Amino acid sequence: MSIVLEHVSYTYSPETAYEIHALKDVNLEIPDGQFIGLIGHTGSGKSTLVQHLNGLVRATSGHIYFNGEDIYAKDYDMRRLRGKVGLVFQYPEHQLFEVDVLSDVCFGPKNQGLSPEEAKERAREALRMVGISEEYEKQSPFELSGGQKRRVAIAGVLAMEPEVLILDEPTAGLDPKGRDEILDEISYLHKERGITVILVSHSMEDVAKYVERIIVMNQGEVLHDGAPREVFRHYKELESVGLAAPQVTYIVHTLKDKGFDVDGDATTIEEAKETILEAFRKKGRKL
Amino acid sequence: MIRDITLGQYYPADSILHRLDPRVKLMGTILFLVGLFLIKGWAGYAVATVFLFAMIRISKVPFRFIVRGLKTIFIILLITLVFNLFLTPGDRVLVQIWKLQITDKGLNTAIFMAIRLIYLIIGSSLMTLTTTPNDLTDGLETLLGPLKKLHVPVHEVSMMMSIALRFIPILLEETDKIMKAQMARGADFEHGNLIQRAKSLVPLLVPLFISAFRRASDLAMAMEARCYRGGEGRTKMKPLAYARRDYCAYGILILFLAVIIALRVLL
Repeated sequence: MSIVLEHVSYTYSPETAYEIHALKDVNLEIPDGQFIGLIGHTGSGKSTLVQHLNGLVRATSGHIYFNGEDIYAKDYDMRRLRGKVGLVFQYPEHQLFEVDVLSDVCFGPKNQGLSPEEAKERAREALRMVGISEEYEKQSPFELSGGQKRRVAIAGVLAMEPEVLILDEPTAGLDPKGRDEILDEISYLHKERGITVILVSHSMEDVAKYVERIIVMNQGEVLHDGAPREVFRHYKELESVGLAAPQVTYIVHTLKDKGFDVDGDATTIEEAKETILEAFRKKGRKL
Repeated sequence: MIRDITLGQYYPADSILHRLDPRVKLMGTILFLVGLFLIKGWAGYAVATVFLFAMIRISKVPFRFIVRGLKTIFIILLITLVFNLFLTPGDRVLVQIWKLQITDKGLNTAIFMAIRLIYLIIGSSLMTLTTTPNDLTDGLETLLGPLKKLHVPVHEVSMMMSIALRFIPILLEETDKIMKAQMARGADFEHGNLIQRAKSLVPLLVPLFISAFRRASDLAMAMEARCYRGGEGRTKMKPLAYARRDYCAYGILILFLAVIIALRVLL
């Protein structure tokens, strides 16, 4: 059970003045149950890439295999694929349309061919997972706050019970509290359900805390692919493509340059705290 | 699929046609359309064809880009063609199928009508492809300026037009995005009978309307924040001024129209 991309390339508006090579020969393997951060500057092709994973955009060349099956095969059921690979778009609250919250979340499951009762059950479950309590069920989705709307929209995709969940900038435009809440919930989902999660973001800080693998995109190509600490080792290179490593990376590297014996691979505040305290302890003993 | 509509979309390039004063292009398009309807006979169409293709060459807009706009009127074109072909009475019957007959006159009108329609669309697409929406409404506002004396709100109308034109690509993009988002939730816009398909548009249209209203209210707010209060006493950053090339263009246009009229009168 995995997604494999082989030599995937995509060109927007080919043979016109607006021609853009959004993806250039991308090769990736996404095994089951991974929590992946997909990072890139605006226009790096990350949104285009994730739209390939559920067949919304068809690659100009190359192949994509989901669980070993070629999704571009003639008789491949794209709609079933879209149920298995759930994609939450940027600003997903802009896609809400139903009269009340529950029916909106039911839209996905109903399209999968479930009965109204089953769909409702799935919807309630999904709403519970994103922390929307039952009292909101009958409210119009347009009366909710921005953060709540976004959760309802995410629930709309979760209710389809995807095996792979892709979120395109799920925290854009949210305040720090709303951002942390959503990311915590996604991380909880990953642990609890064991589903594969791909988090698209341009903020290293956001993803460093949660993900186990980072894929860095630049100008339609995969620049780096590895564990956060491996990727952040290239922090100078990341800067040159308009990205930045988490701030703690800079702190530990500066300390290291000044002669402190710290671990330069620390990526979260906790790790940095540990290694800095450790370094000071060692130094204290020497003195 | 949704990107195929080129009508009202600017194609950036550096050509004489792009640099022309928008008033010239507006007048030119109108004169060209008038010319098209004055044509009678092959010679006139030959002149129009040469003129149009010369303009396309000068504009540096790829030909494929221009033709793409024709897709949207394909059905209308087909209907016109069929009606003219079968329903024009004539002297000589060429083909008879049951009660329908194709006459020599019918064939003539059908072909000329089709050419006329195609040139009409290409001609006006060429204007919008080489003129930014801002320039276009600027030109229109200046051309219609005299109507202000008759209390026609020329400035307001042209402002509305420029906003509408500006929003076409934005709304198209938005439609594309919402469509994809709903397809990711399993929506199906392509299958089913007419009623099912109409129903499937609800998840697309509701968010689209909401977003259009939100954008409109944001824009109104932004304009008010910058003290917009209509055309009274408003000056322009770049007032339109004719250059030599514009007078030359007028000359060419008048020559074109003169040739067309001459051909109509003489032949």
